[in-house]
Amino acid sequence: MPALSTAHSVVAPSSTSRWIAGTIVITYAVITMIPLVWIVLTSFKTPPDSIAYPPKVVFEPTLEGYCNLFTTRTRQPPEYIASLPPAEDVCDEIARSRNMVIAGPSNVVPRFVNSIVIAFGSTFLAVLLGTLAAYGFSRFKVPLKDDLLFFILSTRMMPPVAVAIPIYLMYRELGLTDSRLGMILLYTAVNVSLAVWLLKGFIDEIPREYEDAAMVDGYTRLQAFRLTVLPQAATGIAATAIFCLIFAWNEYAFAVLLTSGEAQTMPPFIPFIIGEGGQDWPAVSAATTLFLVPIFVFTILLRKHLLRGITFGAVRK
Amino acid sequence: MTEASTTSRPGLVEQVIRRHPDPVSVRFRGLSDRTIAWLFISPTIVLLLAINLFPLLWTVYLSFTNYRANRPNAELRGMGTTYYEQILSDPDVWESMQATAHFVIATIAIETVLGFAIAYLIDRKFRGHAFWTTVILIPMMLPPAVVGNFWKFLYQPQNGLFNAIVAPVLGVSPGSFQMLGDVQLAPWSIIIVDVWMWTPYVVLICLAGLRSIPDYLYEAAEVDRASPLRQFWSVTLPMALPFIMLAVLFRGIENFKMFDLVNLLTSGGPGSTTEVASITLKRAAFESWRTGYASALAVILFVTVFGLANIYVKALNRVKQR
Repeated sequence: MPALSTAHSVVAPSSTSRWIAGTIVITYAVITMIPLVWIVLTSFKTPPDSIAYPPKVVFEPTLEGYCNLFTTRTRQPPEYIASLPPAEDVCDEIARSRNMVIAGPSNVVPRFVNSIVIAFGSTFLAVLLGTLAAYGFSRFKVPLKDDLLFFILSTRMMPPVAVAIPIYLMYRELGLTDSRLGMILLYTAVNVSLAVWLLKGFIDEIPREYEDAAMVDGYTRLQAFRLTVLPQAATGIAATAIFCLIFAWNEYAFAVLLTSGEAQTMPPFIPFIIGEGGQDWPAVSAATTLFLVPIFVFTILLRKHLLRGITFGAVRK
Repeated sequence: MTEASTTSRPGLVEQVIRRHPDPVSVRFRGLSDRTIAWLFISPTIVLLLAINLFPLLWTVYLSFTNYRANRPNAELRGMGTTYYEQILSDPDVWESMQATAHFVIATIAIETVLGFAIAYLIDRKFRGHAFWTTVILIPMMLPPAVVGNFWKFLYQPQNGLFNAIVAPVLGVSPGSFQMLGDVQLAPWSIIIVDVWMWTPYVVLICLAGLRSIPDYLYEAAEVDRASPLRQFWSVTLPMALPFIMLAVLFRGIENFKMFDLVNLLTSGGPGSTTEVASITLKRAAFESWRTGYASALAVILFVTVFGLANIYVKALNRVKQR
């Protein structure tokens, strides 16, 4: 019997081995999803349910966590609450059932806005600078090219806490402490290294012949760049932008060390969502759930480019 | 060209020139390539010089002074290499370096073995493997700080989900151990979260490695009647090794800098059992405000990570060339 026809070839795994592999992988995937499912479940629990023992899997869902996340409340005597006009919305009702009155909005919306402004601002700048630099490195003879590229990459190896010390001092001199502009510049600097490396890979893959043809047709180099390279690199630019967005969205070390109020983003804010007597876990979970939704969307959009992004373009598949 | 322009049919010549403008006219219309190259590259370089290199140099300068960020007007004195000597002979710093090393080694070992195993299994291409791969990859995209904060909730001793699930398996009561408060368990509580979060990273890179192995190698091994185990050791593993090493390199650098998870889960405690280098640095720089001292520590850390990464990259290249 020829050896090539044996069924256990690794080239085509047998159905039993496939079945076993599938079972193990799916088990692993399900286990790793437990914490995420628990975040979403907890966000719909009441505070007592969230810390019940044993942990409650079945419970009556409530919006209390989300209400608490967006409001601040004060405790009032029952007589005062009884004297109020009927509750206006569901959050009002929940607060009153706990002998509280909604005092006003919480800080979560401004923090969320900070996260959005800083993430999008720094992504826009990083991708803009990164595209230009990547094109420059990809198409032209630049003196010390390899050293410059290595320098760009090496900035990414610095521990953020180490960088934060002089940045803190520098920003204090420049009046950029706890400002959105300061954070945007900082995240741009961190992201531009990723953007240059990723985009150089994408642009390297676009044949030079397109630009050459355009220039033969009388277009200038800049026009050729705009009309042939940019459209071809659009997918790569989009993927790079999403990576930059996710980094800026997720960043914690710089945010916690350099911002305290005005420019604070969500990651340093979420751990400090507290209720009466410690962390308000349903509200924390509600914030976490809302904060994670964009990441889920982005991850699914990016799934074909993930590998490239996390290896700085070193592995392209 | 010059000959063509003297012919009696200028209309045609003009058309030809318009279609094929000669190189000289291209160079004079618009900017030269060299100008464009610098115009395109310099903004990035300037930004990085201002926000990375300049601060780094400033850190080096500060590390030789007694500067304290909370007393900017105090008299500045040069300290020479005092802080470097202090740090390198301080047992607490060595302990934090050891804690960092333990953390890095433990996480990388577990993540590499687990990640490679999962990637190997995914590569069996069972039905639905593409979907489940995406599911597995989700944790690594999440914000470590936000998710790490939630793990604190999962780790609560009496009513946390982690204890509730793990305790029955071990046959103890859920309230009998504290993941974050126990000196023995606290390092593991961080390692578990890191493994949960970053094993997908290794899976993804290893998967790329496994998929890059050409089928004909396996076919050749079949012809040689190599057993599946033999095929694994002589084909799969060596071919995937550069990828595994790349994953180890990236994880190593990232975990050497580890700050988010530790700061939120234990902030170095209990005592200083989980005080990794970044936490020591944060405490020196932003809690006791010994800026000069912290700068010296930052320089030492940076040199260490840079040196290790360089050695590793050299090794990686040697493996790739083989």
